[in-house]
Amino acid sequence: MKLVTAIIKPFKLDDAREALSEIGVQGMTVTETKGFGRQKGHTELYRGAEYVVDFLPKIKLEVAVSDDKVEEVVSSITKAAGTGKIGDGKIFVSILEQVVRIRTGESGDEAL
Amino acid sequence: MENNIFELQYAMDTFYFLVCGALVMWMAAGFAMLEAGLVRSKNTTEILTKNVALFAIASTMYMVCGYDFMYGGGMFLSGVETVGNLDVAAALAASAENGFDGDSVYSGASDFFFQVVFVATAMSIVSGAVAERMKLWAFLAFAVVMTGLIYPLEGGWTWGGNAVFGLYELNYSDYAGSGIVHLAGAAAALAGVIILGPRKGKYTKDGKVRAIPGANLPLATLGTFILWMGWFGFNGGSTLKLGGIAVANEVAYVFLNTNAAAAGGLIAALIVARLMFGKADLTMALNGALAGLVAITAEPADPTALQATLIGAAGGALVVFSIITMDKLKIDDPVGAISVHGVVGIWGIFAVLITDADATFSGQLIGMLTIFFWVFTASLITWIVIKAIMGVRVSEDEEMEGVDISECGQEAYPEFTASSGMSTN
Repeated sequence: MKLVTAIIKPFKLDDAREALSEIGVQGMTVTETKGFGRQKGHTELYRGAEYVVDFLPKIKLEVAVSDDKVEEVVSSITKAAGTGKIGDGKIFVSILEQVVRIRTGESGDEAL
Repeated sequence: MENNIFELQYAMDTFYFLVCGALVMWMAAGFAMLEAGLVRSKNTTEILTKNVALFAIASTMYMVCGYDFMYGGGMFLSGVETVGNLDVAAALAASAENGFDGDSVYSGASDFFFQVVFVATAMSIVSGAVAERMKLWAFLAFAVVMTGLIYPLEGGWTWGGNAVFGLYELNYSDYAGSGIVHLAGAAAALAGVIILGPRKGKYTKDGKVRAIPGANLPLATLGTFILWMGWFGFNGGSTLKLGGIAVANEVAYVFLNTNAAAAGGLIAALIVARLMFGKADLTMALNGALAGLVAITAEPADPTALQATLIGAAGGALVVFSIITMDKLKIDDPVGAISVHGVVGIWGIFAVLITDADATFSGQLIGMLTIFFWVFTASLITWIVIKAIMGVRVSEDEEMEGVDISECGQEAYPEFTASSGMSTN
């Protein structure tokens, strides 16, 4: 089992969500966050004083998937959330040790 | 001794204008909060900037030339008596002659003050409809034209008593401005929204309407209550006089009916929304209260309290259907301004016929059409010219990022800056 974590542009959330629904992903968790990679922030002026806003609003999308679905999920998010412009984000795939459904107590692949 | 009473009458009517004008000024805060609450947080600073700036522009342009176009007050208020050149004896004589239930007698400056806040109200209607995707300076450029020319001309044909371009006179009854202020603002907004286009992502390719929820419903509610209270000045002050038994009673009834109509509008909108959507929609209820207020604005004195409530309720029900229809027509209006002020403004104009025996259907119709077509056409031309010179819409990237960044360089809720905690001095 893998945890796919995608940092994407906020307005791409709906597209990513729809794309994942289409390939059968049934659940996800979304966090509002801020970050930057190589995308530069911008300098702003507040009452004459300059300040730098490096951190840009992003959405962190997390999906727990079975090993055989990982590639499909990654390419689906990449296509849906990409704009071709800098700041599109990144996807991290990490190993999930265990998954449990709280209501039923199911674990492993059944809980995905 | 007698002169004291005539002086007091002048002072009373002047005072009344000033207090009511201050209440209507307070509506600017109401609009600002309502709109700030119904847009997304990334567009909040920009809409607040639009609201404060348009008020200042209206105050200035109306002083420069608008008041002259509308009432002949002289450019830069040259026709208004100042502290230095007031003819007290003449004012005293006018007050004595007109008696307590005759014409209003008051300071010319107080008349300007009362009128100018109405201009700002009309202009403010536009800012909500074009929110989240218009260039700030394009909007402000439009404000200069609307407050300096477009509104004053139609205000002159109605309240000012001038013939329309010297061609025909209007026989149009509009106590506080359902048409003159509210429909006018909505017509300008409609022209703007047509030129501007809807927000990106609002209408999908397969014809669905996407919700774009507002960021702060407490602010939207606060704004509505502020507008409700300010409206007592808007309608109440339009009685134009206070010193006298009959007219004081009229003022009291105007306040009473204004409140009743708002209440009726809110209840109707809440119920209609509940029936149509299954839940109580706060934003529809807020729009409903405002619709009720707009509906009664053309005639708040003559109806009974029950009639006022029902007139308001009709406005509240109408506004819900109008908002949904606007979206079906792909006219994107983030705050429902065109529905509240335009569609219900038209209802308000004709609701006059229910209680006012002197008003005529044709008088109201011709007045309504004159106002609408003048303001809509003049606005459309102005928007097109502004679009040609500087463009009216921000770029797609700017719209995604939020107009707070692109137009103002200041976020409304800016934590997470790199230099916070590290002072730059």
